[in-house]
Amino acid sequence: MTKLLEWLLGVSLVGVAWGLVTFDLLDLQLPAAYKEVAWPMPVYLLVVFGCYSLATIGYRVATFNDCEEAAKELQAQIQEAKDDLKKKGLKM
Amino acid sequence: CPSSDREEADKYSVLLPTYNERENLPLIVWLLVKYFGESGYNYEIIVIDDGSPDGTLQIAEQLQKIYGDDKIVLRPRAKKLGLGTAYIHGIKHATGNFIIIMDADLSHHPKFIPEFIKKQKEGGYDLVSGTRYRGDGGVYGWDLRRKLISRGANFVTQVLLRPGASDLTGSFRLYKKDVLERLVERCVSKGYVFQMEMIVRARQLGYTIGEVPISFVDRVYGESKLGGNEIVSFLKGLLTLFATT
Repeated sequence: MTKLLEWLLGVSLVGVAWGLVTFDLLDLQLPAAYKEVAWPMPVYLLVVFGCYSLATIGYRVATFNDCEEAAKELQAQIQEAKDDLKKKGLKM
Repeated sequence: CPSSDREEADKYSVLLPTYNERENLPLIVWLLVKYFGESGYNYEIIVIDDGSPDGTLQIAEQLQKIYGDDKIVLRPRAKKLGLGTAYIHGIKHATGNFIIIMDADLSHHPKFIPEFIKKQKEGGYDLVSGTRYRGDGGVYGWDLRRKLISRGANFVTQVLLRPGASDLTGSFRLYKKDVLERLVERCVSKGYVFQMEMIVRARQLGYTIGEVPISFVDRVYGESKLGGNEIVSFLKGLLTLFATT
């Protein structure tokens, strides 16, 4: 199954469950409280996911390692390499 | 002793597709020779130059004279033909049982290769991927905008594809040769998405993936482009993978 199909399946299942509870499609005579909570759930979950995404991306950007040492080391090694290669006869 | 025989038999072929890398090629080769020499592993460096007008091939020939044509293998092509075919071309001429792919512009540092090899031996992994996003992996030379785009794109990719690897667009990897062959056959995308597709297909085929944190030193960002076009084609490629894998 492709990821797209997995998502469609998941969304359908959640959608059916939500519809059943909110609109009492199976005539289960659920307490009103269930319906009241279920009804805004899709929007609520989307908002929560949106906030989670922003927070996660923000955190990851803030903690993205800056490899200062690696850059310095590379600069030093570039010089070392150039000197050594010249000795070995490389004409750049 | 059987295990040391196997280790002696392991050979690592480094594929270096080059286009206008006259300045960087000697440097990356020098670093590769240094770290492979220190590690004692058997290796070869396959330079796949796509008809660079700046004389990259001539520099490569000089390097061959210095280091030997068993260590520096030249397999040039007439013109710029793309990464996927460069890998195929390189694999055909590789005498190693492992292939290392990396950028030739010094953004990837050969000092990580012994770590890749160690990781691969530890877990028997089919492929080992360098990651900029985990552990002490990271980047040098990126501004806030670039970091934001990178992390944002990676996040979307993780949510949609759940690929089981933290860095999908990275191109510093170690593959078993037959694994790389099979994967390149199946991949149809280009650019960043090609590297992503390799990981996704590897998972599909049940291959095991190990990760090693790497530092990516971007020296060309000023010149390289990550504009609207790149982002759009990345998203298109991502959605295609989403819908087809």
